[in-house]
Amino acid sequence: MVQKLLKPLLIMGGGAGLAAAPVVLSEYALGFMVSVMSYVTLATAWAMFSGPTRYISLATVAFYGTGAYTVAVLSETLPYPLVLLTALAIGVVLAAFVGMATLRLAGIYFVVFSFGLAELVRQLITWFEVNVTGTLGRYIFLPFETQHIYWQLLALAGFTIGLGAWIRRTRLGLAPKVIGDDEVVAAHSGIALARTKVMLFVVSAALMTLAGAIQSPRWVYIEPGIVFNPTVSFLTVIMALLGGAGRLWGPTLGVIPLMVLFEWLSANFPDHFSILLGALFILIVFLLPNGVLSALEGWMKSAKGQSNGKTIEEAQT
Amino acid sequence: MLLTTLMIGLVLGGTYALVALGLSMQYGIARIMNLAHGEFMIAAAFCAYVLFNGAGLPPLVTLLIALPLGYGLSWLVYSVMMHPLVKRAPNRGQLEADSILATFGLLFILQGIMLLVFGSDFTSYSYLNHPINLWGTNIAANRLVAFIVSLTLGLGLYVLITRTRWGATLRAVALSPASAPLVGIQVDKVARQAFAIGGSLAAGGGVLVSMFVTFSAAGGVVFTMKALIVVIMGGTGNLMGAIIAGLALGIIETFVTSYIDPGLSLASVYILFIIVLLWRPQGLFGTARS
Repeated sequence: MVQKLLKPLLIMGGGAGLAAAPVVLSEYALGFMVSVMSYVTLATAWAMFSGPTRYISLATVAFYGTGAYTVAVLSETLPYPLVLLTALAIGVVLAAFVGMATLRLAGIYFVVFSFGLAELVRQLITWFEVNVTGTLGRYIFLPFETQHIYWQLLALAGFTIGLGAWIRRTRLGLAPKVIGDDEVVAAHSGIALARTKVMLFVVSAALMTLAGAIQSPRWVYIEPGIVFNPTVSFLTVIMALLGGAGRLWGPTLGVIPLMVLFEWLSANFPDHFSILLGALFILIVFLLPNGVLSALEGWMKSAKGQSNGKTIEEAQT
Repeated sequence: MLLTTLMIGLVLGGTYALVALGLSMQYGIARIMNLAHGEFMIAAAFCAYVLFNGAGLPPLVTLLIALPLGYGLSWLVYSVMMHPLVKRAPNRGQLEADSILATFGLLFILQGIMLLVFGSDFTSYSYLNHPINLWGTNIAANRLVAFIVSLTLGLGLYVLITRTRWGATLRAVALSPASAPLVGIQVDKVARQAFAIGGSLAAGGGVLVSMFVTFSAAGGVVFTMKALIVVIMGGTGNLMGAIIAGLALGIIETFVTSYIDPGLSLASVYILFIIVLLWRPQGLFGTARS
């Protein structure tokens, strides 16, 4: 009983504490927290689709960048909420198109497509800006300070985790798990394979687009080359994997240690950043294939199992 | 003008075909989806550049070094990195996911090393850069040489694989890794060889491309993307399909860049890819799979 009450209380308390953070934090620390919230959203949204289906999406920054660039184009002409809605709509349409073209087929087609999607969108936008509008590079003048962006991202991250928790309990959330385990069984038990995958992909991409859109005023000056930075896709995958893409809180848990590490690495080893990152990535794939949470649980299980015997099974459920 | 564009496209396509052939060997036979393929290629291109500028070694000599070196290094990568993943994976899907992730990490390591050593500037050198008149059009000698060498390598490999006993064992593993051991084929050894040959072709392709294209340390990813698309367009595991699709891609890309806009090279490739996916998902030359 106590545990049942404890969890929502903890989440509410944590949320309130995070919301109050701008009061105490310095500008630098708050900027760091903005990145943390943005990556919590990205990694959780990534895991929402790629975790259960095991389709590795390398296209995070395609949606994130689309969101950011939409704000850069429209922020002067439309009111802010409408700009966010437009960004969301563009992200949804792009994801639906990509999903419908590739997710009906074997997973590899999707991976190949997602690998180049960001570069494709970047080239198309650059071409359009140079040849049609004639303005490459845009300024965003929105009356937002760091804490405003932080609160928006905190809300989005909270919403993403909540949505993830909710989807897990619905048929939409159970279906991809079956698909990930065995596509044939899934198809035979009446799951619409392609529709489920496309829907989850669209939801995940929509959240990524919003994260980019909300964070864009932080840049002030935006260019396709800046917002479509492939490192974002890379970091999202590595964070979700470290925490465990199969768990609701896994990606969040992966974000925090890695953000601290990246901050330290980029300050001390700016030239070796991608080498160290790549090596870390390979280590995670080899040592923690299911993420830290599963590994910890495995260790605890074996440690407890020696002392308590069978009671663990009951305690777990 | 039209004929010149066609020739330049064909030459570019020749190297695409070679690199895609390498990827097809790695994915079709060794079952490893290697996202760092283009980095091997760029590394070889830098080798050719350094040896040409530093020691005056012509790229065609470097090619003789790059092919076995690419083979050896890829053999090592397979043994150290991929083999444990192959052993661990319970099924093909899991191996695909693991190999994509591991080579994605490898991509960043190799790219980081090259950025550190060579910087992010575009590099090129001038070798055999005089025009040769061919059917009334002028084409640079280096392009022609690269085209002839890549086609020789590609078709040579094709003949080896389709006509020899050794090639038959490779095809057997590609077709059914589970049944190949029943007829005495060491799947592990064959997979290692196929992966190493793939790396060797990437290195060869890199040396050839460096003769007529400007390249940069971060440019490998785009080559990987194009090679992946060529492999899928040609039909997974279909070597002749990969060669033809590579040539076609080179021609189409050259036409788009010279008549529409050079910034749209990748976009043109992707539009082609989408058309193929919607129209013939099994690839232009592939056979339908369940």
